[in-house]
Amino acid sequence: MEIFLQQLVNGVVLGSIYALVALGYTLVYGIMGLINFAHGDVVMLGAMVTLAVVHLLSGSGLPGPMVAAIGVLAAIPACMMTGFLIERIAYRPLRSAPRLAPLITAIGVSMLLQNLAMMVWGREYLSFPQLLPAATYPIGGASISFIQIIIIVSSSLMMAGLSYLVKKTRLGNAMRATSQNPEVSALLGVNVNSIISVTFIIGSALAAVAGMMVSAYYGIAHYDMGFILGLKAFTAAVLGGIGNIEGAMVGGLLLGVIESMGAGYLGTLTGGAMGSNYQDVFAFFVLIVVLIFRPSGLLGERIGERP
Amino acid sequence: MKQRLKWAFFVLALVLLPFITDFALGKTWVRILDFALLYAMLALGLNIVVGFAGLLDLGYIAFFAVGAYLYALLASPHFGFHLPFWLLLPMGAFAAGIFGMLLGAPTLRLRGDYLAIVTLGFGEIIRIFLNNLDAPYNITGGPQGLDLIDPIKIGDFSLNHPLGHAVFNYYFLFLILAAAVAFVSIRLQHSRIGRAWVAIREDEIAAEAMGINTRNVKLLAFAMGASFGGLSGGLFAGFEGFVSPESFNLNESIMILCMVVLGGMGHVRGVIFGAILLSVLPEALRYVGPLEESLFGRVIVDAASLRMLLFGLALILVMLLRPAGLWPSGTRRRELAAHGETARHENTNVYDASR
Amino acid sequence: MKRQFLVAILAVLMTGCAKHEASGPVVKIGSVAPLTGPQSHLGKDNDNGVRLAAEEMNAEGLTIGGKNYTVEVESEDDQADPRTATIVAQKLVDEGVKGVIGHFNSGTSIPASKIYSDAGIPQISPSATATAYTHQGFKTAFRVVTNDSQQGDALAKFAIGNLHAKSIAIIDDRTAYGQGIADGFAKDVKALGADVVAREYTSDHATDFTAILTSIKGKNPDLVFYGGMDAQAGPMIKQLRNLGMKMIFLGADGSKSPEFIKLAGPSAEGAYASAPGMPLSKMPGGPDFVRRFGEKYGRIQLYSPYSYDATMTLVDAMKQAGSIDPAKYLPFLAKIRHEGVTGTISFDKNGDIMHGAVTLFQVKGGNWMAIP
Repeated sequence: MEIFLQQLVNGVVLGSIYALVALGYTLVYGIMGLINFAHGDVVMLGAMVTLAVVHLLSGSGLPGPMVAAIGVLAAIPACMMTGFLIERIAYRPLRSAPRLAPLITAIGVSMLLQNLAMMVWGREYLSFPQLLPAATYPIGGASISFIQIIIIVSSSLMMAGLSYLVKKTRLGNAMRATSQNPEVSALLGVNVNSIISVTFIIGSALAAVAGMMVSAYYGIAHYDMGFILGLKAFTAAVLGGIGNIEGAMVGGLLLGVIESMGAGYLGTLTGGAMGSNYQDVFAFFVLIVVLIFRPSGLLGERIGERP
Repeated sequence: MKQRLKWAFFVLALVLLPFITDFALGKTWVRILDFALLYAMLALGLNIVVGFAGLLDLGYIAFFAVGAYLYALLASPHFGFHLPFWLLLPMGAFAAGIFGMLLGAPTLRLRGDYLAIVTLGFGEIIRIFLNNLDAPYNITGGPQGLDLIDPIKIGDFSLNHPLGHAVFNYYFLFLILAAAVAFVSIRLQHSRIGRAWVAIREDEIAAEAMGINTRNVKLLAFAMGASFGGLSGGLFAGFEGFVSPESFNLNESIMILCMVVLGGMGHVRGVIFGAILLSVLPEALRYVGPLEESLFGRVIVDAASLRMLLFGLALILVMLLRPAGLWPSGTRRRELAAHGETARHENTNVYDASR
Repeated sequence: MKRQFLVAILAVLMTGCAKHEASGPVVKIGSVAPLTGPQSHLGKDNDNGVRLAAEEMNAEGLTIGGKNYTVEVESEDDQADPRTATIVAQKLVDEGVKGVIGHFNSGTSIPASKIYSDAGIPQISPSATATAYTHQGFKTAFRVVTNDSQQGDALAKFAIGNLHAKSIAIIDDRTAYGQGIADGFAKDVKALGADVVAREYTSDHATDFTAILTSIKGKNPDLVFYGGMDAQAGPMIKQLRNLGMKMIFLGADGSKSPEFIKLAGPSAEGAYASAPGMPLSKMPGGPDFVRRFGEKYGRIQLYSPYSYDATMTLVDAMKQAGSIDPAKYLPFLAKIRHEGVTGTISFDKNGDIMHGAVTLFQVKGGNWMAIP
């Protein structure tokens, strides 16, 4: 039971991390119907910039959480700028092109960002210093650490904030209008281009926070950390229904718990025939089953057969 | 007559190409040409699924893996089977075709990006199984892969025979098969089935209303595309003499997709061109180090990191300058030119014109 | 378009070659490792070892068969990809290298070895440990590190004999390296009478190991063994300790790097790992090598001493043969006895290192210390 509870905690933490990254994916997708494959690399950039600032401040004697906060405050504008430029250079000119064209430029941007990061920060794995208190708290036999709580809380807060922004504010209205029909929105006075830019900028700011969280939690940063993370987050977003903000959170949590339980119990479940080596198979299997019964994800709206 | 003369020249050029390449650039480049042909076959296979039928597939490399492992298992000391290649290649194509249908069946209702993630998952599932089926019984060799795979033998003549050097022998085999695959692709495109694929790509409901059995036609697209992948997989195993799961990761699937899109989706010649370009480009970029040296006298920026950076940059630039691909088909070019009117009606999402 | 491309490349090549040929007779040595991707920090380290050897020989003056030679290193990036590895191998053969130090991974060394064998060019891998690499029957394939079964054996003896582990959990990263060493270790600990209570798996790009570690926690073993690289081993031991697990952590050579300590932080303390060869600190030229390497390239990651030794061994064989012709010096390489910084290097009939020693290390005070 203790072990089960611990696996659940592990899964929820991992899931919150996926959700953090998935929010950025789903925001951009929801407004524009575009998979921003470079999002994972913006997350990486967020981690790297935070780390660079943290290293600069390492001798300053400031308390750890404050250093982390300053680091992420520096990373947010850097990522926003990058997100803005990515959209402007690699996606905007392709708006009326065949839909796979921006996918290819996204892959190009991803390669570009990774190799630039490798030039700047080197090939070595960088260690992220322990800035937040390492305290752990027992919950019914399992344990949860301070930073794990921070991750769960901040991903929920970010989801709630984003949901509010999109559903309740003027900007959100404009975003949703743009996503429904850009032509008509433009006629009604929405500046479609700037709405799209803003969407990218917000998505990239979320990526910066996610990058900081991920590298602070695992204590590691590397120029190609974004790829796998992005992939998992994309899977989570699809599972929850891509384009749906609550869906990203649900999908992320679900994927995290599935992976954690898969790694923990697949051996017992299959009588030892399959172990934790099949955890991804298990996760994808669940995904496929979910999509067979709900072709547009758990919370996704049913897409009409025709636009 | 003139047309025929043009073809004769073209064929002659293709026959002479490896020798000229060897003379000018060395055997490395002949080997790169071999791989370019192999990728052309793969890209043509994916083109059936993505280009013709409009189904986004991010796990295509799995079919390549199925063909490669089938060849490796039945023509190596691993199980002690040594079947001939003319049996193994069709078997590989057939087995991959079956896998294609297996993938297709549960995904028939999915669209666009949902399909993309499921196919991606499917590709990973195949790779994970290949990577882990070394226990409890050693079937695939696991992460260690399978080595000492038999080379392709025509009669008693092994293509690995030093006579004429292996890279030339394989060049001609690959050339013949790539030509066959291209021929089949073109015939398919203009057949009843090919038109049915285009119909479901453009509008599935309309296609269904016109009496097309969309389920069968989609499954056929998956199976045909996969079988091309299986065929090239077998060739890869025979050529390399070694297979391991590392060769079949997601990056490879993405690279093949890039070849299809960059070349010009749905256009056979464009896709071949895309495949050749993207397999040659990363190798050509290996010379940025020497280039820097000769220009500046020393290496300023680390050549290894610059190489993939330039590759990424090239992908972006090509798509920005030619959104429909480098060599799109005539129809597509017209469609794109007309986007002012047509596209506006088709667009719902800003970036999503499901054309 | 393509033709212009080729012409451009040709022009570049020619200018490049013309420049090099000006400096007298040259012996080209290939150096292959992944220089991009997740293992690039270790790949670059291998490459640096080769470069240091070449620079030192050039500075000292290299005479083979009465002629003065300059060593030139041709570095290539195989991206840890088997297909790219064969292209790179062919490229080195075309460029007329006389020997190759590489590849880094087993999965790239094996397909490439066929091409080197066809061309008759000797290849010494400083880091590929899969048994199959030297068991394909190629006369040109050598390695200067112990293979998986040799190292697994030494690790098992240490785990049972010195650490007195009775129940053991084994994790590997499902790469050729990790699975090979973990399987070797598992076989040997079972033979020595210990229980393998858990066998868990991760991947070579994972960062979260809490699920498999929690599952191991339930089985409460005396020792956790990890077959894989430093980038996973570091965060793994950190998460292990955070879960309140106090058991012994044992890794193989892939974990024995300064990177591991850096990534694990204080959790690294007390961890064990093995490395092929003798500890550098105990070797006659060892500490001096560390200093010389440090001045040029900074900290040693993992295998640069081995790639340095491999290069020196290759050239030693050339000197003994009095020729840089692979056909002439290959027999000398096969029966060489070279005193390197990692130990005495000589090869058995397969090309594996003879009497390959394995040394065990423990993290003490934030450094890897050899266990006597």
